[in-house]
Amino acid sequence: MWDRNQMAERAGRELHDGWYVNLGIGIPTLVANYIPAGVSVTLQSENGMLGMGPFPFEGEEDADLINAGKQTITELPQTAYFDSAQSFAMIRGGKIAMAILGAMEVAENGDLANWMIPGKLVKGMGGAMDLVAGVGRVVVVMDHTSKHGESKVLKACTLPLTGAGVVNRIITNLGVLDVVAGGLKIVECADGVTEAELRAATEATIVD
Amino acid sequence: MKKVFPTADAALDGVLFDGMTIAAGGFGLCGIPELLIAAIRDAGTKDLTIASNNAGVDGFGLGILLATRQVKKMISSYVGENAEFMRQYLSGELELEFNPQGTLAERLRAGGAGIPGFYTRTGVGTVIADGKEHKDFDGKTYILERGIVADLSIVKAWRADPSGNLEFRKTARNFNPPAATAGKVCVAEVEEIVPLGALDPDKIHLPGIYVHRLIQGAHEKRIENRTTRKKEA
Repeated sequence: MWDRNQMAERAGRELHDGWYVNLGIGIPTLVANYIPAGVSVTLQSENGMLGMGPFPFEGEEDADLINAGKQTITELPQTAYFDSAQSFAMIRGGKIAMAILGAMEVAENGDLANWMIPGKLVKGMGGAMDLVAGVGRVVVVMDHTSKHGESKVLKACTLPLTGAGVVNRIITNLGVLDVVAGGLKIVECADGVTEAELRAATEATIVD
Repeated sequence: MKKVFPTADAALDGVLFDGMTIAAGGFGLCGIPELLIAAIRDAGTKDLTIASNNAGVDGFGLGILLATRQVKKMISSYVGENAEFMRQYLSGELELEFNPQGTLAERLRAGGAGIPGFYTRTGVGTVIADGKEHKDFDGKTYILERGIVADLSIVKAWRADPSGNLEFRKTARNFNPPAATAGKVCVAEVEEIVPLGALDPDKIHLPGIYVHRLIQGAHEKRIENRTTRKKEA
């Protein structure tokens, strides 16, 4: 079974040289630490920046320089800034090759739910709906099951959707699955996980 | 016509009224028009509808207009950092219209550009699409979203010249340009007003045609989420 960092490392292998990529909050943010050698990607922050750099050194924080999670960050030599309309024009226009996002639930038809739980505090979807509708490829990184052991990889999502039929690949602590015609196809199992265990933890239809 | 005003109160004189719609720039607490927000609190204008990506935090940014119950409705994409907001929303005192972030940005841009509506893939198949016109283009389904034209825009820039040309700094630009264009009147606050000719015309981020009134002032520029790394010894 993979831990958070191993999931991020596996997700990092989805990156291709030259791609512009948007990383969501949580485990997807860790993917920035696992960009493979020889691969150069430009990270987009949807509040208006391409070429996102690491956190600043203590004392060098700039209130005018934050990422979409409102964290202080730094710029790089290739950084460009722009406004929010321009930012989402490049997202909606398909210029961002891939988004790596977290999920609460994902379904075998590619439906994604990651923004609200009815009856609980609702914080909002932020840019997630725009990202899944606009980018070239959507990779979801998530725990395969809930704390109670229930599958979060489902036949149909129970929570309100962020996007319908938008997910291409699912990376969990148990393995990697692709959304294909008729259901999900197992790409690989995590270290120490058997295919039988992966199937048993998955409610969604698995096709061969 | 003189665009530069001495104070935020003076710059808002005659443009505020109860029940008005305001488009506000900023992302989180970054690049928010903090001086104009404080002046609207002091003016006591009520029943406001505010289009802003976020709603500030308790005690800062738009949070101070929530504390005084001056806001009737928020149009936002993410409001998670504000306990008073949640209390008012859950008790039914405050209306909330969630917009996907890019849809909100484009609604402001479109409103300012004379475009009453646009079709987008964002939100198709979700609750956001409920009740909206659906239309297929080239085999894909889109929903109709409306442009926003606000009674007033309040924005924050880094520098301005007296003609209202604005220059922003780093990610503090965010929603400020689209919000500025969406208002029938736009009031901008800046850290510094420089003489005419001091800004490079090739580096104006928002031309002064969109900016009607201007003030200069000191900004707190609070950091919401301070993250750092250690220098290696």
